[in-house]
Amino acid sequence: MSRSPFIATSALSTALLLALSAPAWAQSHAGHASHATTPTPTDAPPADDGNVDHSQMDHSKMGHGSVDHAQMDHSTMDHGTTDHGEMDHSKMDHAAMGHGVPKAPAPTEPLEPIPVVTAADRLAAFPPIDHGAMEHAPEIHSMLLVNRLEHWDGQHGTGQAWEASGWVGGNIHRLWLRSEGERSDGRTGSADLEVMYGRSVSPWWDVLVGVKQDFRPADSRTWAAFGIQGLAPYKFETSATAYVGESGQFAATVEVEYELLLTNRLILQPLVEARFSAKDEPEYGNGSGLNKVEAGLRLRYEFSRRFAPYIGISHERLFGDTADYHEAAGERARDTRWVAGVRVWF
Amino acid sequence: MSFPKPPGTGTPPMPSRRLFVQGVAAGGVVAGLAATGLSPRAFAAAGPGLAGAPQVLSSHDVQLSIGESLANFTGRTRPAITVNGSLPAPILRWREGQTVNIRVANTLQGHPTSIHWHGLLLPANMDGVPGLSFNGIAPGEAYQYRFTLKQSGTYWYHSHSLFQEQAGLYGALIIDPLEPAPYHVDREHVILLSDWTDMDPGALFRRMKKLAEYDNYYKRTLPDFLRDVRKDGWAAATADRGMWGRMRMTPTDISDINAHTYTYLLNGTAPAGNWTGLFRSGEKVLLRFINGGSMTYFDVRIPGLKMTVVAADGQYIHPVSIDEFRIAPAETFDVIVEPSGQDAYTIFCQDMGRTGYAAGTLAVRHGLQAPIPARDPRPLLTMSDMGHDMGHASNGMAGHDMKGMEGGCGASMGHGAHGTDPKAPRHPASEQGNPLVDMQSMATEPKLDDPGIGLRDNGRNVLTYGAMRSLFDDPDGRDPGREVELHLTGHMEKFSWSFDGIPFASAEPLRLNYGERMRIVLVNDTMMQHPIHLHGVWSDLENADGEFHLRKHTIDMPPGTRRTYRVRADALGRWAYHCHLLYHMEAGMMREVRIEE
Repeated sequence: MSRSPFIATSALSTALLLALSAPAWAQSHAGHASHATTPTPTDAPPADDGNVDHSQMDHSKMGHGSVDHAQMDHSTMDHGTTDHGEMDHSKMDHAAMGHGVPKAPAPTEPLEPIPVVTAADRLAAFPPIDHGAMEHAPEIHSMLLVNRLEHWDGQHGTGQAWEASGWVGGNIHRLWLRSEGERSDGRTGSADLEVMYGRSVSPWWDVLVGVKQDFRPADSRTWAAFGIQGLAPYKFETSATAYVGESGQFAATVEVEYELLLTNRLILQPLVEARFSAKDEPEYGNGSGLNKVEAGLRLRYEFSRRFAPYIGISHERLFGDTADYHEAAGERARDTRWVAGVRVWF
Repeated sequence: MSFPKPPGTGTPPMPSRRLFVQGVAAGGVVAGLAATGLSPRAFAAAGPGLAGAPQVLSSHDVQLSIGESLANFTGRTRPAITVNGSLPAPILRWREGQTVNIRVANTLQGHPTSIHWHGLLLPANMDGVPGLSFNGIAPGEAYQYRFTLKQSGTYWYHSHSLFQEQAGLYGALIIDPLEPAPYHVDREHVILLSDWTDMDPGALFRRMKKLAEYDNYYKRTLPDFLRDVRKDGWAAATADRGMWGRMRMTPTDISDINAHTYTYLLNGTAPAGNWTGLFRSGEKVLLRFINGGSMTYFDVRIPGLKMTVVAADGQYIHPVSIDEFRIAPAETFDVIVEPSGQDAYTIFCQDMGRTGYAAGTLAVRHGLQAPIPARDPRPLLTMSDMGHDMGHASNGMAGHDMKGMEGGCGASMGHGAHGTDPKAPRHPASEQGNPLVDMQSMATEPKLDDPGIGLRDNGRNVLTYGAMRSLFDDPDGRDPGREVELHLTGHMEKFSWSFDGIPFASAEPLRLNYGERMRIVLVNDTMMQHPIHLHGVWSDLENADGEFHLRKHTIDMPPGTRRTYRVRADALGRWAYHCHLLYHMEAGMMREVRIEE
């Protein structure tokens, strides 16, 4: 190890040494090439950016002709009263005026000459490279979020419910899986799975196209699904999906979620979901129009980002004919439920 | 473990849970897995000036062996990637003008590797970027590096293969000058800062792609909102939340990964290990600071000592006396201190987000420690930081609050040129409607005299790019013959990063003509700070008037800035050009720069 330059036995203080040696040293560093090639500051033309197109100037509209010098009354100008003696030039900030010493134009040739390229340089610069020599971080990623996995205790029974979504893909194109369902008194009342192709169409919105399969209440009911989902302004997690069923039924679901931070780990999640149907379908218990609205408020604690148990309250209400069909079947049109569950992701 | 409360009111509570800031005292490499034939723990003191630092290799003929070792910085033993069994890698110490031969052997199981000599001017096939410079070093094979040192100063070296740098493959590289340095010092220490995670770095990347805000436990809460309503009134508080809400962003996004994931190291030592560099009272001590962190900006100060910065990125500058500096990943600063009157001083290096710190001690003997200062209050990004401070004068950069700026920006951002505002950048067409661009700046400036987020008006004299000036004139002298403007872009939530909205995988090379002098204009269209590194040639930062100002290899780009630098294309070949936040680079913020005849 060679550290001798640093243990120079100079008795000068650092400050003095810096002051004395800086200019000389700067020269020695920067100028070793310039000793050989003196800059030629004269032959640099002023930069012309070429943006000014004089051919398009319309001098006729400039109105030079309207200045009527005849009407100027020079006699009223009192040149004599200007007292130049009162001007205090000492307070002028010449540096701020920006007109200082005109700078020498930059040289067109480099002070430090550009090395002449040799055949060996070319070989070293562009060696043969195998395809795939650069390893890249994976571009395909995935995530599975079980947003709700809960037990509920309602006014008219108890049960379980889930809502999960997952994706596999890149930044723009993703395969989405979404599933939602509910069990009540030991029986699965509803369960569905959606498989969709999603594409980012803007920084915050994806459009989705795919299929939804209902497993309950009706076996094997398949829908074509079209939707958007994303983060609305003010950070509302939003999704809206339209479904076209085999029977010509048309349905839609809108869901909006928000996260209200009580602390950075204690998070209140309000949620509203509404479902619509275009056609009356008594056999499925769906009237036309607004079928159902569900509003929930869940308070979770993030022990880690990936694991957060929660408690909450959820109210759901059936509307119109949908309510009537369910009441006729002995069910209730409204229910308020306490929920407890976990939110996890992988 | 507890920390004193930071000064200032209204600061959210400091993190205490899950934050293992101090690490373990006896941390470091515990065992070499690969048969390197060397001592697994190569932390031998190497001469009086460099006690406690890694081994120093100063031969012009060097053998480096890259392998896997076990390391323990947090109480858990985890795999690390090391050079000759050492983390950080050995200090390489050479002399300007020397031709060095370095044989790098790969003993990793099943993974290719590489070493890039950061900031060195050398032939392209010696630059160590797999896929651009060479094919990488396959397992069981070796690569012979050979190049002549055309410069002097403080540099570093690291892997350029996937996430190996995060796993520990980085070390200091010092080149002694042929001419005596323009200062005198009595001794010196290398201070290499870095960030360590117990996670597999690849898993950490996958985590970022799933939930980029994972580590941001500092988001503003309902109680914070109520406090702001009391302090600033309902209208101002809702306007403020509304603006951020429309952007779907959060002003506490200072760094993607913080002390919830990282343990910060100083010379491979966690704070509890108290790395100590010795001095004798009255000596002038040169500290060679290197930020080898993968994702961490450090704010460095030594309470009780003035620091005189004499070099940046290895190149001498006019000396500037300061109390504190921010060092971006990949930057190096040489500073001189003159400790006297105290037996111990703390080198305190808090991360930019104020979530943790690296620390060590300058002392007259081992075993001493000075108090560790409290971390500063966590900063909040302002609209000025975001490049959304339209029409506000920003002399002094006092950190404008956006309160009262209702409606100026937000959901309506993203329409390119804004008429007459000279600060309004023109955005490339590839950004328009691009799902990978979540934000665009509307008013940018060089901000060369801005100390930066969290460092303004802190009562200390903080280093800025404006305050640093190369000790030499522009060695090339020519005016740039042309200009290339590139915008730094990204999407926070998707954790996608790019230039001009085009990630590396789909980007064309940027082509330079051999011998030309050109200007690169960078505009930061993100809310994050990015250190941009161009391999092979210098990046000569210009001042606000477009004149040569500061020669660097890594140009830091805070949010809301537009900075320009000159490039002299005198190195033929294919060069990497990228953000030196490792995970941003791997997420796409990279280009190939091809210098051709």
